[in-house]
Amino acid sequence: MKQALIGAALLALVGLPWLVDPYALHLLIITGIFIVAAMSLNLLLGYTGQLSLGHVAFFGIGAYASALTSLGFSVSVTPSVAIALAPQPVWLALLVAVAAAGLCGWFIGRLSFRVRGAYFVIVSISFAEVLRLVAVNWVELTQGPMALNNIPPLTLWLPGLGEHTFSKKPENYWLVMAAVTVSYVVVRRLVHSRAGRAMIALKENEPLAASVGVDVTRTLVLAAIVSAAMAGAAGGLYAHYVRIIDPDIFLFIYTVTMVIMVVTGGKGTLAGPIVGGLIFGLLPELLRALAIRPEVQWIAYAGLLFAVLYFLPDGIVPAVSKWWEPAAGTAPATRADR
Amino acid sequence: MSAAQTAALRPDVALEVKGLAIRFGGLAAIEDLSFEVRGGEVLSLIGPNGAGKTTAFNAITGYLAPAAGRILYRGRRLNGLKPSAIAALGVVRTFQKTSVFGRCTVFDNVLIGLHLRSTQRPLAILLGLPSVGREDRLLAGEARRILEFVGLGARAHELGAALPYGEQRLLEIAIALAARPKLLLLDEPVSGMNPTETAHFMSKLASIRATGITVLLVEHDMKMVMGVSDRVICLNQGRVIAAGTPAAIQRDPAVIRAYLGERYARAQG
Repeated sequence: MKQALIGAALLALVGLPWLVDPYALHLLIITGIFIVAAMSLNLLLGYTGQLSLGHVAFFGIGAYASALTSLGFSVSVTPSVAIALAPQPVWLALLVAVAAAGLCGWFIGRLSFRVRGAYFVIVSISFAEVLRLVAVNWVELTQGPMALNNIPPLTLWLPGLGEHTFSKKPENYWLVMAAVTVSYVVVRRLVHSRAGRAMIALKENEPLAASVGVDVTRTLVLAAIVSAAMAGAAGGLYAHYVRIIDPDIFLFIYTVTMVIMVVTGGKGTLAGPIVGGLIFGLLPELLRALAIRPEVQWIAYAGLLFAVLYFLPDGIVPAVSKWWEPAAGTAPATRADR
Repeated sequence: MSAAQTAALRPDVALEVKGLAIRFGGLAAIEDLSFEVRGGEVLSLIGPNGAGKTTAFNAITGYLAPAAGRILYRGRRLNGLKPSAIAALGVVRTFQKTSVFGRCTVFDNVLIGLHLRSTQRPLAILLGLPSVGREDRLLAGEARRILEFVGLGARAHELGAALPYGEQRLLEIAIALAARPKLLLLDEPVSGMNPTETAHFMSKLASIRATGITVLLVEHDMKMVMGVSDRVICLNQGRVIAAGTPAAIQRDPAVIRAYLGERYARAQG
């Protein structure tokens, strides 16, 4: 019953491009990309309990790294010496995006061990803001506020299709669906492993975790690397789908969007960022269609957000799974007795 | 005397604490504390509140940096190591205040405790290699075995925080045992337990030491201390005031004056 429902839902999702108009599809693609980013944030916020309010930095690094690698660039270090890169294939650029973001994740992970709590929050916000200022001012590399234009779409060799360029909306939609699926599997494998258990242990009770041999630094760094790499992949996908990026990609509001997706959906749950992402990613547009005036749209958005946080403080997914498996507290115990 | 004879006469020292001093600001919590724990024994630290027992635990297991002194485990210096590195050497502790992973199931609590026995690498995990699944099944079996041992088998799927107090204390022991200790440091394991629970715990402790685990115990329950210990060390104001067998400690005038009290001595006859 449960599996049949999930199967039907997946089938409906795959078939969506034939059912909805291109604008709706565009919204779904963007939302899907942000869901990947939210899932990566969930790994840090939900499983290790580290609040990184600069998470968009990894997203932006991925976007810029991928865009610049695929476009090529030339930067003069001194008047006579220049570093130049010829345009590279997009799949390679995406890998560069993942690696570049992962590297920054490593750095932030090392930092988060030394700077904890509120200080880490401040450091992470500053990190994203510094990157934004670099993107604005390093015009030679990033074109500054003029934006990087004409970013090529992803070209991939696919079995059965040969060389294929993802330039149309439906295929980008399926690409993003695949990215969401892969991210889901990555997070699921991680949290159900030794490494994931160590992350949860740190969040729950750090001294006790250390007493049974959980290395705090290593665990935090691993979580940060995987999380940042995933956010970087999302940023890369974004760059090659939208095909134009500017420094505004580092804006704080995007981090806030990701946090809202994770917290409303249910932090520390696998499906949380997907559910929260679908609802709060699509909500502004739905409200725009319904609302008479733009102010009403955002007032309603805030109202819904408060309602979720007030009535379902753990998020939507934990609340629904309680309802889905009503005897969740007692059933497993009897199963163990059997 | 030959070298072999000397070695035979010297007791097998597991943990050696030498000249340990710990200060919090101007306050000396421990001053010049020295003792050793011999392999396979149960050694208890007793003494009034504030004597420095838990502070010594924290220093041995890397949670506090001593101002002076040396801590050696099997000849290896523990000073400066992180708690996780000390645990990896087989020195595992429990905490005075009940400490479990509250929002994880009892089963997952022990699974986390098995961290050091697990060898899966991040890349293997992300690739979903079959070796990871195999190891997880082995660990799950081990976790169930440990839960059965402490008597929490039927509680496996309840949340740690949902257990009654006495069972949470057993869960702490299960987590510590999962880390495969060679030297187990127990900080007031039976405080707050009723006499039945304490008796159950004492029998578990007997089985634990029968597996060859050395135990360093801090406890206020004198019935338990005198019942399970091979040797007892009494601390007062950060110094050792007496050391010896339980029987000798109970008669020691300094211990009676500082800690046990005249009434305890009279009751023991």
